[in-house]
Amino acid sequence: MNAGAILTSLVDGLLIGVVYGIAAMGLNLIWGVMRVINLAHGALISLGMFGVYLLFSGLGLNPYLALVLVALMGLLMGILIYAIAITRVINAPYLSTLLATFSINMIVIGLGTAAFTTTPRDTGFSLGNVEVGPLTLQGTRLIAALVTLIVTAILYTFLYRTRTGKYIRAVSNNRSAAELMGIPSSRILALSFGIGTMLAAIAGGLIATFFSFTILSGDVYQQKSFIIGVLGGLGNPLGALVGGLILGVLEGVLPLAMPNTWVPVIEFVLFILILLVKPSGLLGGKK
Amino acid sequence: MKRSLLNVLALLVVLSLALAACGSPAPTEAPAAEAPAAAEPEAPAAEEAPAAAEKTAVVGFTASLTGKLNVESTRQNNGFNLWMEQVNAAGGIKLADGTMVKFASKFYDDESNKDRVQELYTKLVTEDNADFLISPYSSGLADASAVIAEQYGKIMVTTGAASDSTYQKGYTLVYQAYTPASAYLTGSADLLASLDANAKKIAIIHENDKFSTDVASALEAYALEKGYEIVLNEGYDSGTTDFAPIINKIPADVDAVMGGGHFADGQQFAKSLFDKGVKTKFISLLVAPPEPTFAEIGDAALGIVGPSQWEPLAAFTPDYGPTGAEFIEAYKAAYGEEPSYHAAGGYAAGLILQKGIETAGSLDAEAVKAALDGVDMMTFFGKIKFDTSAENHGLQIGHSMVYIQWQKDAGGALIKQVVWPAEGKTAESVYPIR
Amino acid sequence: MKQWLHPGFWVALLIVLALGLAPIFSQNAGLRETGFTILLAISMAISLNIIMGYTGYVSFGHVVFYGLGGYTGMYLMDTWGAPLPLAVLGGGAAAALLAFLLGKAILRLRGAYFALATIGVNEAVRTFVSNFKPFGGPTGIELQFSVYKQYGGAADALWLTYYGVVGIAVFALVFSYYIKTSKFGLGLMSIREDEDAAEVMGVVTPDTKTLAFVASAFLPGMLGVLFFFKNGNVEPSDAFRLGFSIESLVMIMLGGQGTLLGPVIGALGYQRLRGLLLTSDVMIGSLPLKDFQLVIAGLLMLIIILFIPAGLVGWLRQRFAWLRRILV
Repeated sequence: MNAGAILTSLVDGLLIGVVYGIAAMGLNLIWGVMRVINLAHGALISLGMFGVYLLFSGLGLNPYLALVLVALMGLLMGILIYAIAITRVINAPYLSTLLATFSINMIVIGLGTAAFTTTPRDTGFSLGNVEVGPLTLQGTRLIAALVTLIVTAILYTFLYRTRTGKYIRAVSNNRSAAELMGIPSSRILALSFGIGTMLAAIAGGLIATFFSFTILSGDVYQQKSFIIGVLGGLGNPLGALVGGLILGVLEGVLPLAMPNTWVPVIEFVLFILILLVKPSGLLGGKK
Repeated sequence: MKRSLLNVLALLVVLSLALAACGSPAPTEAPAAEAPAAAEPEAPAAEEAPAAAEKTAVVGFTASLTGKLNVESTRQNNGFNLWMEQVNAAGGIKLADGTMVKFASKFYDDESNKDRVQELYTKLVTEDNADFLISPYSSGLADASAVIAEQYGKIMVTTGAASDSTYQKGYTLVYQAYTPASAYLTGSADLLASLDANAKKIAIIHENDKFSTDVASALEAYALEKGYEIVLNEGYDSGTTDFAPIINKIPADVDAVMGGGHFADGQQFAKSLFDKGVKTKFISLLVAPPEPTFAEIGDAALGIVGPSQWEPLAAFTPDYGPTGAEFIEAYKAAYGEEPSYHAAGGYAAGLILQKGIETAGSLDAEAVKAALDGVDMMTFFGKIKFDTSAENHGLQIGHSMVYIQWQKDAGGALIKQVVWPAEGKTAESVYPIR
Repeated sequence: MKQWLHPGFWVALLIVLALGLAPIFSQNAGLRETGFTILLAISMAISLNIIMGYTGYVSFGHVVFYGLGGYTGMYLMDTWGAPLPLAVLGGGAAAALLAFLLGKAILRLRGAYFALATIGVNEAVRTFVSNFKPFGGPTGIELQFSVYKQYGGAADALWLTYYGVVGIAVFALVFSYYIKTSKFGLGLMSIREDEDAAEVMGVVTPDTKTLAFVASAFLPGMLGVLFFFKNGNVEPSDAFRLGFSIESLVMIMLGGQGTLLGPVIGALGYQRLRGLLLTSDVMIGSLPLKDFQLVIAGLLMLIIILFIPAGLVGWLRQRFAWLRRILV
C-alpha cells in the first residue's frame, strides 16, 4: 500500500465527510433545540434531491440556483410539519415525537413512491474533474464542500450573532427559563424545525448534483447522521461537520486495511461504544 | 367546545380501529364472477353444450408495488397483463375437451419484504382460487412462496428469482423463466476473452446480498477456470452511495471491472468509476445497465456492458408466440414506453403457462407439469427449456443472456447495442473503453 | 393468586384464544396464515411492552432478538439437523443471552440515548451476520423442501408452526400478566415512573432492568425461528429489518403502552388494517388505494399519536371508569 493510495482515500473521505456533515447538521440542530429525533430527516433529504432534480432536468434551472429555491421550500415545509405534527406533542414523552416524525416519514415516502417510483434518477450534471498530482477531484464535489462551509459559517453567524439566533440557543439551553424571559418559544421552535428541514433539503440538493438517487436514498444519510451525532456531539450543529469528517475519513481509510463489508460493523460498534462511554458525544456537546 | 370536538374525533378513530380489527374478511373476497368457475372446474362444462363452454383460470402473484423492488415488478406486471389481454382477445386457450380458457389475474403488494408473502399466496390459492402462480420478484420472497405453491400443488413460474439455490431445494412445481444467477456474468468473461487475449486481471465488486453474491461467486469460479486472475473480490453494503473507498482498492493495472447489484447502486457505481477516472478497459455490471434511465448518467454510461435477459434488438426467430417486433409494438401501444427485459419476462411467463396448458390440454397441475417438463421452444424472449433432474428441477437451461453496451450513435446520443453473443450482435464492442 | 381472578386478564386471554383457535376449528388455511401474521405481531408487541411499557425503556432494535433467534434456530436445523422444538428453544436462548450480555451496558443509557443505542445494536448485528460465514454471510441459510417431510409434509409443517405461534402468544400473555402483577413488575413500573427514586427505595435497578430485557428478548427469539422455518430461508435483510421494530412500537402505541390488553388490540388493529389496505380493490380516481397504503397508515398513526396518545385501551380506561375493571 503506497502513500498515493492513502492520500487518495483520505481526500475522498474528507469530501464525503463534508456531505455527511451537512446531512447530519439539521438533525443535530433539531435534537439540540427541542430534544426531538427527527425520523423524517432522511425522507426530507430525498425531497431535496428531487427538488433540485426536477428544477434542473425539468425547468433547466442551474442546480445551484435551484438549491436556493429548494432551501426556501425546505424552510417552509419544516415550519408546516412542525405546526401539524410536532407542536401538539412537543411536551409529551419523547416517544410521541419519534413516532410523529416517523409518520411524516411514511407519508412522504408513500407519496414519493407513488409519484416517482423507485427508479434511480440522476441529474447528469457535471463540472468536470480537476487533477491534482495523483488525485482526481470532481468539480461538483468541491463546490458541495464549499457550499457546506458557507452554510456552516452562515449558521454559526446566525446562531451566535443575531438576536433570533440567541433566542434559539436560549430555548435549547432551558426552554422554561427562556419563556420566562419573554422569548416566544413556540415560534422559535417552529423556526428551528424549519431551519433543520432546510439543512436537510440543502444536503439532499447537493448530493443530487453528484450521486444517483431514489426516494429511499435519504435513509442512508439519516442513519449516518445518528453515528455522526454521537461522534460530533448530539445537539451541536457545528459538531456535526466535525463528526461527518471523522466518519468520512474512517470510511475512506478503513477499507484499505480490511474487507469493505466489515466497515459498517466497525462503525456501529464504535457508535455503541461512544454512546456508552460518553452519551453526549465524543466532542462534548450538552447533555 | 374544542375539547368535545377532540373527543368526537378520538372516538371516530377508535371506532374505525375497532371496525378494522373486528371486520369480517368479506369485502376482500374474490369477485363472485370468477370464483365459481375456478372452484368447480369440471361441473359446468359437463352440463352445457361443449362448444360454448368457457372458463376462467386465475393467475395469482404478488408484486412489489412499494419498496425497493417496485420498478422491476411494475414492468413485469405490465408484460404479463399484455399477454393476458392478447390471449383473452383471441378467445382464450382451447383445452382437449373443447373448453375455452380465458385468464384473469389477481395480485397483491408484497412491499418487497417477506412478512406477508406466505399469507398472501395462501390467500391467492384458497380464497381467490388461483389456478397458477407467478413468483414474487426476489429470490428470498420466491422461496417463501414456493413452499405454499408446492403445498397446494400449484404450478409456479418464477420471473426474477434468479438464484440457482431456489431450484436445488427440491421443489417440483417451480419453473424458472429467467437465466439463473450463475450465468449472469459468465458471458462477460467470454466477451472479454474474444476482445483481448491479453486481458487477464479482473476486479469483482458486488452488492453484499444474496443474488449479487451468487452471481459474483459463479463468475469468480468461471473466470479462474478460464485462466483469468481475480485481483479483487469484495462486497459493498446494500444502499451504498459512496463508492470511492472500494474503488480506491482496485489495482491500477486492472483490465476489467465486473459486478454491481441492483438499480440505484449499480448506476451510482458506474458513475463513480467514471468520476474517479478508473483506467479500465472493460466494465460489466448487473441489472442496472439495460434500464433506459441508465443513460441519465451521461458519459459515465459510455462503454458499460450489462447482461440482459432480453433486448428489443436481439432478434430471435420464435417457433412459439409473437415475434420480438410484434411484442414491442403491442407493448408500446399499451404502455407508451419501450419494453425492458422485465416486461418481456412478464410476457414470457404467460407464454410458458400457455404452452404448458395447450400441450396438456387441461388445467390440471400434474398434466401441465408433465407438459412443462417437456418444453423446448424458441420464443421472442429466447429459448425456453427446464432442467428436469431431481437436483435442479425447474432451473432454466435453455435461455441465455444477451449483453448490451452503451455506445454513441452518429449524432452523439447514447444508445444500447447488443455486443454478445456474437451471433446476435448489432454492433462491434467498443474496446478498450477508457 | 388473587390476581388470576381479575376479569381483565380473562378478557385478554379470551381474545387471544378466540383468534388463535378460529383457524384450528375451521381448518381454513387462509385464516391460518392471517392468524399467523397477527399472532406473531401480538407476541412481538407483548414482549416489547415488557421493556417499553412496564419499564419505560423504548427499544427501537427489538427486531435484533427476532433476527438473531431466527438465525440461531435455522443454523441448528440446517447444520445440526435439530428438530423444530429444539431449534425454537435454541433461538429463544440465543436472544436471551444477547439481551443478558447487552443489558448491563446499554440499559445504563436513558431516554433517547437508549433508543439510539438499540438501533446501533441491531445494525451492528445485521452487518456482522452479513459477514459471518457459519450463518451463510450475505446469502443466509436455506432449508431443503424435504425438511418438512419429518413433520408430515409442508401442509402439516405449516400447521405445526401455527400451533407454535398460538402457544407462544398465549404464553406471552400469561407471562406478561404475571410480570405486571408480581413484585418484580412493581419494581419495573417504579423504574418507569422514577428510576432514581426506585433505586433509593431498594430496587436493584441494573439487575431488575437486565432481567426485564431478557424477559422481553426470548419470545421474539423463538418467534423468529418459527417464521423463518416456515419460509424456508433467512437473509440478513429480512431478519434485521428495522421497520419491523418500529411497527411493533406503533402497535403498542395504538393499543396503549403498559397495559396488558393494549399490545393485543394494537397488533390486531394494525395488522388487520394493513392487510385490508394491501388487498383492497378500492380505487381513488385512476389509482388503486393499494398504492397509498403507506400514506394512509402514516396519516392514521399521526392522528392517533396527536389525539389519543394513551392508546385505545388507555383512552377507554381514562374515559370510562367502569371499564377499568375489565380492561387491564
